[in-house]
Amino acid sequence: MSDALVEISGLNKKYALSGGFLSPQKRIVHAVNDVNLQVFRGETLGVVGESGCGKSTLARLMTRLEKPTGGSISFKGENIFSYTKGALKSYRRGVQIIFQDTYSSLNPRKTALSMIQEPLTIHRLGSAREREEKALEIMNRVGLKKEHANRYPHEFSGGQRQRIGIARALVLNPELMIADEPVSSLDVSIQAQILNLLLDLKNDFHLTYLFISHDLNVIRFISDRIAVMYLGRIVELTTNENIYGRPLHPYTRMLLDAVPSCDPQQKERKMKIKGEARPQNGEGCAFQNRCEHRVEICEKEAPPLKKYDEQSHCACHRAGTI
Amino acid sequence: MRTPLLEIKNLETVFDTARGSIKAVDGVSLRVQSGETLGVVGESGCGKTMLALSIMRLVPGNGRIANGEIIFSGHDLLKLSEDEMRARRGSEISMIFQEPMTSLNPVLRIGEQIAEAIRLHQNLPAKKALELSVELLRDVGIPDPQKRIRDYPHHLSGGMRQRVMIAMAMSCHPQLLLADEPTTALDVTIQAQILDLISGLKEKNNMAVIFITHDLGVIAQNAQTVAVMYAGKIVESAPVEALFAAPLHPYTRGLLESIPAVCAASGRKGEHLKTIPGTVPGLYDLTAGCRFCDRCPDTFADCKSKEPTLQEVQAGHFVSCWKYDGKN
Repeated sequence: MSDALVEISGLNKKYALSGGFLSPQKRIVHAVNDVNLQVFRGETLGVVGESGCGKSTLARLMTRLEKPTGGSISFKGENIFSYTKGALKSYRRGVQIIFQDTYSSLNPRKTALSMIQEPLTIHRLGSAREREEKALEIMNRVGLKKEHANRYPHEFSGGQRQRIGIARALVLNPELMIADEPVSSLDVSIQAQILNLLLDLKNDFHLTYLFISHDLNVIRFISDRIAVMYLGRIVELTTNENIYGRPLHPYTRMLLDAVPSCDPQQKERKMKIKGEARPQNGEGCAFQNRCEHRVEICEKEAPPLKKYDEQSHCACHRAGTI
Repeated sequence: MRTPLLEIKNLETVFDTARGSIKAVDGVSLRVQSGETLGVVGESGCGKTMLALSIMRLVPGNGRIANGEIIFSGHDLLKLSEDEMRARRGSEISMIFQEPMTSLNPVLRIGEQIAEAIRLHQNLPAKKALELSVELLRDVGIPDPQKRIRDYPHHLSGGMRQRVMIAMAMSCHPQLLLADEPTTALDVTIQAQILDLISGLKEKNNMAVIFITHDLGVIAQNAQTVAVMYAGKIVESAPVEALFAAPLHPYTRGLLESIPAVCAASGRKGEHLKTIPGTVPGLYDLTAGCRFCDRCPDTFADCKSKEPTLQEVQAGHFVSCWKYDGKN
């Protein structure tokens, strides 16, 4: 597991929002703030956080749908933002993405088969006949039937549309699959089917996953390691077992405590859940206004993501003492 | 037994479409007491939202309530005139929705919107109503309400907008609150706060709540009684502890087992989740038998040909399944 497939260092992305008609001053949103992260070959790295924490921006940067304001992402040792045209094309073959909204991410005027074939056509792989065979094989692998081949997106259910999205990403044999909330819009019984499928595909195709979700239950099921993001920063990075067994950061604890348990007997909360994720003006830790462990230093200095032990990193001044 | 605040008997809500009529709500009966939260759980398309809209008599477009009674504090809502119903809607019975952005008027300040709801039902001067809306916003935990009443909906975050919706729903102290997926669009830490708010208001006003959601965790934490819906019907209903400790209907069991948390907590990491095979049947092509039988792990001779009805198997625990018929 020591083989880093992706190395993200010092990654920053800022967006400027115009202040509106009468206030020319621009507001800066720091969507990704000094993120350092490695994705190891063969693992599933879960990224969890609430809306606006920058997890989707991270996915868009990794697929080069966005350019960073600073920092770099290296794929197998090469910075993806300095690729030549040809290298970029082969990068896009190696890194694929699955989206949350299965409706808007599929072309309503194309059949399932033609959408699954399209990546092969773009990358000029095989003859027309071979492409069709390959697409049909992948369709079968993700649980779609042959008679689905000539149907259009609106003829499928949400779960089936997500299967098309997965097939389309899989057809190029990628090494890294980025899944951005792939099961969030599905019903729980369908969600379980798709999660099982993703688990099987990982083994069969030797994939590496970067799995983004806001749902701690889903993240717990699928991930080997987990990064917790809050307002653009990674606040905790450790193994699955550690996150759920020994959460270090107060935000991680708040998230875990907020998930309603399926046991009606277990109603007590461990902590008070308050406030919203809003960027702070001024200095200090971004979480300080919601944190019950705040001390003086938290108001002055933003804690960097520091090594806590062999497995864990945490961005909290008081990690280990609270 | 106490007279329930709301009693629904054999409700049928039908949609007439070009392909024929479908029953979105098919023979639903239930009771809710004051001060009680009834959780209605089911997947998309199971009819849970149509059930709520039927109670409000707000079934859209080509839908109509074809059958049944909705008895609310002694009156059948279905027999009221539109004027009488309008007087109750928003005052005695209120509803909050999943998407607070589309339920608020984007071009009106939130103070005006709450005041409008108040003045619709109470004979108050505009200034007084606005003062009242400041109080209401304070009650739902909005900081600095004096300033916030001058905000437009787009100034507020999703959680704050849902608080405004709740303030509006609470403005006339309703006896019954219908909450249709009120926290589904919200982040989990915001959801926790909104759920606390609703249960606090329920306690304070001894209000009855019908809480509609697809999230079994939310149900476990907030409801006293649970009704599980599948394809327009209630297939199981029970007190919350009984339902989670010993679910009877195969669909309920399948739902609970397909939640990743339950699996992870039992230490089965890396193993497959249990799933319910197949998908929910279309309401156009229902067969004579049980609606779940194509997806069910244990079927009996009767399942394909006869539709089961809700039977009380244990005290307060109702299930609609041939397995508990006594014969099987």
